[in-house]
Amino acid sequence: MKSFEFFEPTTLAEASNLFAQEHAQLLAGGTDLVIGMKAYTETPESVISLEKIPGLSGITTNDDNSITIGAMTKVRDVELSNDIQQYHTALAEGASEIGSIQIRNLATIGGNIAHASPAADTVAGLLVADAQVDIASADGERSVPINELFTGPGQTVLKSGEIITQFRLPNPASGSHYIKHKIREVMDLAFIGVASAVNVQNGVIEDARIGLAAVAPTPIRATEAENLLKGKTPTPELLQQAGEAAAAATSPISDLRCSAEHRKEMVDVLTRRTLQIALDRV
Amino acid sequence: MTKHPVSLKVNGDEHDLLIEPRKTLLAVLRDTIGLTGTKEGCSTGDCGACTVIVDGKAVTSCMVLGVTASGKEITTIEGLASDGELHPIQQAFIDTGGYQCGFCTPGFIMASKALVDENPDRTEEEFRFALGGNICRCTGYTKILEAVLQAAEEIRTSS
Repeated sequence: MKSFEFFEPTTLAEASNLFAQEHAQLLAGGTDLVIGMKAYTETPESVISLEKIPGLSGITTNDDNSITIGAMTKVRDVELSNDIQQYHTALAEGASEIGSIQIRNLATIGGNIAHASPAADTVAGLLVADAQVDIASADGERSVPINELFTGPGQTVLKSGEIITQFRLPNPASGSHYIKHKIREVMDLAFIGVASAVNVQNGVIEDARIGLAAVAPTPIRATEAENLLKGKTPTPELLQQAGEAAAAATSPISDLRCSAEHRKEMVDVLTRRTLQIALDRV
Repeated sequence: MTKHPVSLKVNGDEHDLLIEPRKTLLAVLRDTIGLTGTKEGCSTGDCGACTVIVDGKAVTSCMVLGVTASGKEITTIEGLASDGELHPIQQAFIDTGGYQCGFCTPGFIMASKALVDENPDRTEEEFRFALGGNICRCTGYTKILEAVLQAAEEIRTSS
């Protein structure tokens, strides 16, 4: 590992100023950064730990059942949170799919998202929760919907010195589900990840949200498939149409994990499957 | 590069050290403090051989910068036995033969300890799944699982 200077700021402004300098990297859980530094794919000159900044960690449920998750919250705590399991099941399931327990005890939800891997396991759950990403810098604060955060593999709209502080989940689903398509039960990366969330009133789908990971340069929402479902009574034919529309929204690549054709086909299958389970959970 | 003063509490002993930020907790434990029971396997977090317990949570110490462990309570395999008595999990690994070459054993024992401390009532399937972050290249999984189930049973009945 290349040598670097290490900083442990205690305020966001201080962290932002340090992070705005060249060759600086933020350290959250370290499960991506430390491995990257060992492999020399990351060679920062300064590493800024966010651990000593108060208020960045924890899960809060508000009176209207909206939930706020601090960026430094460990993914293990997201996985085990009763409220997230209840209101955002797909997100809890996604968190439980990351690495091993040892890794989930280190990794943070903010790190999983800021790393901007199209295959991140918490991203589909945050997409279907309509999460707002709160961002702070020395210049002030702003908020971005999660579906506008990513611009490409490893790329986000975050500007120099900007730090993700929390995720706000405004919209509890009646039911949701995440499926990670993978080979190993643990310690694997997603071939694809699919999350579906539905809000159902009197047997009619009021709202449906479908989040797809690892099937496009960025994680995406399958908007056309969602629109097909809204206002309808669920039937096998309807779910099939939604699956096909979701597959049509993807632009996957072939890589060492699987082929583009397989990814597209499985988006269809897993969209139907996650929708059915989300509906069963209502 | 600037070295940082770090104060680590390892197995109850305080260590005041001056370390380079790029040293992992694993390297600090092994090379600086001299506790070589914790093993370096893959060095990428995949194998679990370097598992130690930090503030009650099992973590892969190869992914942790030593400077970030300052002020935290760390337990390594050397800290499990007390007054010459092996911890029930260590004894269970011996009783069942839950080891072959032994390289993965400290990691398996530390991961198992955290699991049993958290909830000894897990089913066999749940223990199997929860230990997915530890790899045994001798493939001694059957006996390892037996050891963990025996230790969990013992801890359940004694508490």
